[in-house]
Amino acid sequence: MTIDEQGLRRQVEEFLAAHDPATTERLEFLRARYDAGLAWVHFPEGHGGLGLPQAWQPAVDALFEAVGAPDNGRKTNGIGLGMAAPTILRFGTEEQKQRLLRPLWTGEEVWCQLFSEPGAGSDLAALGTRAVREDGDGDWIVNGQKVWTSGAHNARFAILVARTNPDLPKHQGITYFLADMTDPGVEVRPLRQITGEAEFNEVFLTDVRIPDSMRLGEVGQGWAVANATLSNERVAIGGSAVRENGMIGVVAQTWRDRPELRTPELHDRLLRLWVEAEVSRLTGQRVRQKLAQGQPGAEGAALKVTFARIAQQLSGLELEMLGEDGLRYSDWTLVRPDHVDFTGRDAGYRYLRAKGNSIEGGTSEILRNIMAERVLGLPSEPRVDKDVPWKDLAK
Amino acid sequence: MNLLYTEVEDDLRATVRKLLAGRCDATAVTALYDGDRSVVDVLWKALAGELGLAGLLVPEERGGAGATAAEAAVVLEELGRAAAPVPFLTSAVIATLVLCESEGPLLGELASGEKTAALLVPLSTAPHTPLPVIQAADGRLTGTVTSVAGAIEADVLLVVADGAVHAVSAADAEITPVVSLDMTRQLADVRLAGAAGELVVADAEMAVRDALSAGAALLASEQVGVAQWCLETTVAYLKERKQFGRAVGGFQAIKHRLADLAIGVESATAAARYAAATLAAGDADAAVASNVAQAYVSDLAVLAAEEAVQLHAGIGMTWEHPAHLYLKRAKADQIALGTAGAHRARLAELVDLPAPR
Repeated sequence: MTIDEQGLRRQVEEFLAAHDPATTERLEFLRARYDAGLAWVHFPEGHGGLGLPQAWQPAVDALFEAVGAPDNGRKTNGIGLGMAAPTILRFGTEEQKQRLLRPLWTGEEVWCQLFSEPGAGSDLAALGTRAVREDGDGDWIVNGQKVWTSGAHNARFAILVARTNPDLPKHQGITYFLADMTDPGVEVRPLRQITGEAEFNEVFLTDVRIPDSMRLGEVGQGWAVANATLSNERVAIGGSAVRENGMIGVVAQTWRDRPELRTPELHDRLLRLWVEAEVSRLTGQRVRQKLAQGQPGAEGAALKVTFARIAQQLSGLELEMLGEDGLRYSDWTLVRPDHVDFTGRDAGYRYLRAKGNSIEGGTSEILRNIMAERVLGLPSEPRVDKDVPWKDLAK
Repeated sequence: MNLLYTEVEDDLRATVRKLLAGRCDATAVTALYDGDRSVVDVLWKALAGELGLAGLLVPEERGGAGATAAEAAVVLEELGRAAAPVPFLTSAVIATLVLCESEGPLLGELASGEKTAALLVPLSTAPHTPLPVIQAADGRLTGTVTSVAGAIEADVLLVVADGAVHAVSAADAEITPVVSLDMTRQLADVRLAGAAGELVVADAEMAVRDALSAGAALLASEQVGVAQWCLETTVAYLKERKQFGRAVGGFQAIKHRLADLAIGVESATAAARYAAATLAAGDADAAVASNVAQAYVSDLAVLAAEEAVQLHAGIGMTWEHPAHLYLKRAKADQIALGTAGAHRARLAELVDLPAPR
């Protein structure tokens, strides 16, 4: 029998009646919620869900939030929840799902992503981290260097792509693994950014051992699996449901609070950006309405390009608006935050951090290529390396 | 708020598009610039009468179709796509909305397409700016209003004087057509010299402001139509056009410009749909939505037309290619009912981002 939205609400209420969030121990509560299928209702039964539409999840979360139920660490395990979990669900074996999904959801095990490399950024498929199978059928031995890994210093597991066959063209010789970050061959070094802090890491892999049971998907199928992961990355970014959310809210508030900073030129720029932020919010809503109707599209790429540009322009405007105060910076000390906050800290931080918005998760230039080719149907970029064995590529 | 199109709207769009494809080709529209206005009457009769679009926004009990702003917006998108030279915005939207609370037969006559009307203001009038001054004495109206859209096609002029709206027969006014930047919405200077007026709306202020604001909100959909035509036509051309042995649309400098334009057109569509949807629902956010739509979409449509000319290059500069029809329409639409800057200034008041003192 299928459950309707009313029935789902009743199920949450019954769960809460049986597990009082005020008296139940945090982990016990989260595990019970997972086992009741109320973690992510669109996942199948037995894996934290009930096989219901994903669109019903926010209502469930709201019911739990309303009674002050424990948080499963959405901010600190974004990679795990948003990227690793849907990929494991789609490509994982039953054993992998049973072992990994529950502690991932409860936040007991944080995940990170070992994709980008110093020599493989936008051209991720050129990656050079090697995975070689010991004795032909034993464990995989991994060597290489990964970069831009957020949360690596807190992570228990990583999703990893590595080259298993250098004799094939670059897209074909890649395999996807689930790596144990506690392996002695994993070295995590903070990667200090222009803000002074290190929310990302460099990860050096030296003879890291991965059992074949922790391979995700077939050998050589890693590019397709990685693409499934990446398609989950951009969906998360989009227009807010609420007006003046994010960077525009911060800057508009500064304008309201500090009348002495106002000039006609700043006013004009602020209003232009206010309009753009509002239109971007509406565009995000429209894209979500299209997705809810099952209309496909690469518009997620468009939303991200716009989001990055507006955030950068607004945070730059805010510094100018602040004038003398804009010359000061809160703190250059190297800290390692456990989550990212685009609008947190001070105006100087916001300005510098926003520079990453047009780079992380696909540069705006790559996203424009995607728009031009997949939405407008314009000719593809010439790809001279597409059919060349990876080992013969210029590096 | 639904920002997508309903099935009813899709059907309406298909009907309007089909009619325009048959009776509003680019050659006939270009001829307007050489003084041949023959396309206007035939097309307007077909749209207003055959399709009943003149009465789209008029309640059924007053002889109209009782549709909402969301449907009128779809019609305007199509009129924009075709650069259609008809007085839909001026008569079936603005003049009709001025009269929507009025008694008397005029509203019904507009709904049936029997008569066409125009509000006597310069096309550049923003909804919140002062209206032209017309003297009223003993029921006689005197004054001059320049750059009026829809006046050439109008049987009736709606004249604001003494705080009320008066209907004046076009035959009693001196209407001088103006050589206009956009001949698809040709303007006229109108002189009233003691013309007889019939009072149709006693309290003009609210009726006229609301009608202009709704007109501005819906003009955004016409501008979206203009922008969509420019984007689609340019993309199609650049897939065909070859230089250096390659399709020009394959060069990354071009692809990125078109991607940015596509992002802009998607954004403009969202802004225009929201303005139409809030208007249709009588939502409290309609005023903000109208200003946001005009502030964003009117500049975007001009950008789309300018990009169309540049990316078509040589052929885009010719009289023969229709790109110029859209550039002229887009530039005139940008000024129509207030520039983007005027709408931003109004928005600053509405959303509490005060100007420096």
